[in-house]
Amino acid sequence: MTEPTTPAAPDDDGVLPPVQTIGGTVAAPVGLGDAAYEAGLEVEARSQWSYARRRFLRHRLAMGSLVGLILIFGAGGIANLIAPYAFDQIDLNNVLHGPTTNGQHYFGTDEIGRDYFSRVIYGIRTSETVGLFVAGVSSTIGLIIGAFAGYYGGWLDNALMRLTDLVLTLPALAILLTAAALLGQGSQWRVAVILALFFWTGLARIVRGVFLSLREKEYVEAAKAAGSGDLRIMFRHILPNTLGPVIVNGTLSVAAAILVEAALSFLGFGIKPPTPALGALVVSGQQNPQKWWLTIFPGLTIVLIVLCINFIGDGLRDALDPTQRRIRA
Amino acid sequence: MPEPILSIKNLAVEFTTDDGVVHAVDDITYDVFPGETLGIVGESGSGKSVSTLSILGLIPQPPGRVVSGTAMFKGKDLLKMGKRELRRFRGDEVAMVFQDPMTSLNPVLKVGYQLSEAIKTHYPKVKDDEVKKRVVDLLTLVGVPNPDTRYSQYPHEFSGGMRQRAMIAMAIANSPSLLIADEPTTALDVTIQAQVLEVLKTVQDETNAATILITHDLGIIAELCERVLVMYAGRIVESGDVRTIFQNPRHPYTIGLMDSLPKLTEDEEWLRPIPGQPPSLINRPPGCAFHPRCFLSQGRLPCREEVPQLREVDGGADHYAACHFAEELVGHHSKFSTPVAGGVA
Amino acid sequence: MLTYITRRILYSIPVLIVSTFLIFSFVSLAGDPRANMLANPNFSAITYKNLSHRYHLDRPIPIRYGYWVKDVFTNKLGVSLRTSQPIWPDIARTLGHSAQVIFIAELIAMILGIAVGIFSAIRQYSLFDYFFTSVSFLGYAMPTFWLALLLQILFVDIYLKWHVRIFYTAGLNNPGYGTWSLDRLQHIALPVATIAIISFALYSRYMRASMLDVINTDYVRTARAKGLSEWHVVMRHVVRNAMIPILTVAALNFGGVIGGALITESVFTLDGMGYYFVQKLGQLDLYAVMAYLLITAISIIVFNLIADVLYGYLDPRIRYD
Repeated sequence: MTEPTTPAAPDDDGVLPPVQTIGGTVAAPVGLGDAAYEAGLEVEARSQWSYARRRFLRHRLAMGSLVGLILIFGAGGIANLIAPYAFDQIDLNNVLHGPTTNGQHYFGTDEIGRDYFSRVIYGIRTSETVGLFVAGVSSTIGLIIGAFAGYYGGWLDNALMRLTDLVLTLPALAILLTAAALLGQGSQWRVAVILALFFWTGLARIVRGVFLSLREKEYVEAAKAAGSGDLRIMFRHILPNTLGPVIVNGTLSVAAAILVEAALSFLGFGIKPPTPALGALVVSGQQNPQKWWLTIFPGLTIVLIVLCINFIGDGLRDALDPTQRRIRA
Repeated sequence: MPEPILSIKNLAVEFTTDDGVVHAVDDITYDVFPGETLGIVGESGSGKSVSTLSILGLIPQPPGRVVSGTAMFKGKDLLKMGKRELRRFRGDEVAMVFQDPMTSLNPVLKVGYQLSEAIKTHYPKVKDDEVKKRVVDLLTLVGVPNPDTRYSQYPHEFSGGMRQRAMIAMAIANSPSLLIADEPTTALDVTIQAQVLEVLKTVQDETNAATILITHDLGIIAELCERVLVMYAGRIVESGDVRTIFQNPRHPYTIGLMDSLPKLTEDEEWLRPIPGQPPSLINRPPGCAFHPRCFLSQGRLPCREEVPQLREVDGGADHYAACHFAEELVGHHSKFSTPVAGGVA
Repeated sequence: MLTYITRRILYSIPVLIVSTFLIFSFVSLAGDPRANMLANPNFSAITYKNLSHRYHLDRPIPIRYGYWVKDVFTNKLGVSLRTSQPIWPDIARTLGHSAQVIFIAELIAMILGIAVGIFSAIRQYSLFDYFFTSVSFLGYAMPTFWLALLLQILFVDIYLKWHVRIFYTAGLNNPGYGTWSLDRLQHIALPVATIAIISFALYSRYMRASMLDVINTDYVRTARAKGLSEWHVVMRHVVRNAMIPILTVAALNFGGVIGGALITESVFTLDGMGYYFVQKLGQLDLYAVMAYLLITAISIIVFNLIADVLYGYLDPRIRYD
């Protein structure tokens, strides 16, 4: 009988990062001749990422939303190129005009004649900046805290989890409002930082769970025996297994952040003029209830953005964690 | 020859998945006779469980589908029955014991309640205290200590072995004529396995039900079964009575299965697994499904092109095998050609 | 069980102290209620000094915190710095109003959401399922303030066009009407609808997911194998198990009654705790803000505990000892 195949070239510390397959087994050929392949046996080793990518591409809703989101965020990104007007350009001759192609006021004008289409586009840019920033920063914080808490356990875990609990027992919206009111000063960056400091708890819990369960595994012991430092083990061996939840959570938190920021701006505590914000734009709609375009367009934009992100998040969750018997939307 | 209590003919079941259509069961035919214990042995994915689940209508219909076949039970075709009629058989005439006792009982309902439910569904007019008495009797029969206390407990308060006993009690509650045990001991510790198998034997003696015992463990087959079917890739590749099969296997897969078992009474250098992997049930290789791994085939044309049918291979000894070259195995003795220990019937 | 509860409560106290202290410090550092006074030339330096002394604003923060805590217990949450009015009566009143609105909304959302969730799961992939799944996704994506605003604008427009008041779009009552009058109903209908729609999306989605998780378990297969009718399988086995996480979520949601619905109440200018908080925050009325945050923090802790106990009661596998 043949011997097992030689392992691939080992890593520096002599231990291979484990191929934690998601849902599929990595079937490595064990001493089979070509006859097996000829006979149509499926003995292919696929990386977990290509499985995931295949599953995601099959998800039509997620793919469509991805395209949609790229369009919307892209428009925000190149706002200065496509907005027909500056977002604060006042035109008192054209106050409260409905949507029209005349003068390129596709979304109409507001109470002091500013072009609404431009304001919405710039608003998208603000929202996407805040959303992506919050998702990125909060994910990083959550990842680090969760990793250290789960890996080291003991008092560090206790302390960090108490900290998480502390944040969780606070009334979220109220605290965010308070922080934004007192510290935000209307700047989108300050608001983004405040949100990020709140959003990390969910991911920290999840990541901690993963680290807690994986640190006992044999390959960690092997790595330690080979002399790997803690940081190396954490980041090289265990971390890759958390990427699934991190990606899904991060994606969905972009949407959550955008929604919260919009609420804060609407109430007047978040992003203040002159920086345009979709939430703040809706306020003009409240003051002029008969001018429907003032309410509809910014709100609809938010809804579209969040819908797309949620569908993408669903698709990612399907692709990265099929063990969680998800049902396609 | 008595009439079979269950007669399955040309059963085929497939599942529609994202990756394609999985032919889980591909044209199988077999009979079960009253009072006998029939074993079905095969690897995971051989279709052994699916075939029995499908006759009880327990295959979820959106992905699964019974493509063809009949399953005659006491004169009625189970596969053609409406849901309401089929329900009357389930749990009453035909009962099933599942593999994992940890997850097979509802965790938020008391065990006694779940067992009584089995009785009351089919016999709603029986009085409650009579039902309870019967449940307690059943628990005693399967060897659960303190059945009165246990009646009011939840599944998580039972050990794994006890849970499986309760499952068995639940299955025989209405004295079924056919009991299907789907890998009843696979999820249990080895020592508990032996106990549960004892319970199964007791139950068989008490109720005289025909039993289909599905397992991948040849040892269990040897201990409990009179006849056995060997399944591979959704088809039956060999069938016959246990003694014959163990001593004179006529299919390379069966031989492979037995060879891969360690034998305690001999010295062996290496274990000899069957090389390769079971085939994909979506894209089956043409011809015999086993030929890529077969030591007998050696790539011969009939194996590669023609699907072998079950045929008699011992001149009327009720021993069938699906191999083009089964004759070449005459005289090939398996490891167990010396008398099987603890054989049956 | 009792030891578990006591332990949790005892453990919550230091958490409460630390979090309220942090919030207090943060709020005191970040916003100075005397800012208004400083800007106003009419206030003399002496008045400023006197007020500062009276409200301990010239002391270090830990001491101020101590005084505030004392006030909370002895003086019913103390007195608003801005209006010199006691805080508690305001909170008691607004709490009642918020409770009415939110309780009704959550109840409707829960009942409908659970029903729809059950049916969606049983009839998976049907038109019913697709329709309500889309509704849930929409509900998740819609900002609360926008939904509230749309309803408000819709009914304002109806009034302006046809001069018929179906529902009111601001406030709780016309003068002279009481808490359980038709007039009150007309006033809270829209805010209740707003909250209910968004909560419904949550409940129906959760219930559907929970049902689907349970429907595919082994024990449901066992129930079917016993010959139970589909109705019994669903009601006695599936729903029984699927409800458990939903009820705990519900417990947490109902806890939100205490905090009020900040956004919805603001849009409809309802005299509820949420709106009260938003207003006080805008006026930088710090003690009122602190009072609100304290009460909501306590309520969150209490309802978290209730949710956990409820879960333990419903699921016999969980035993807190």
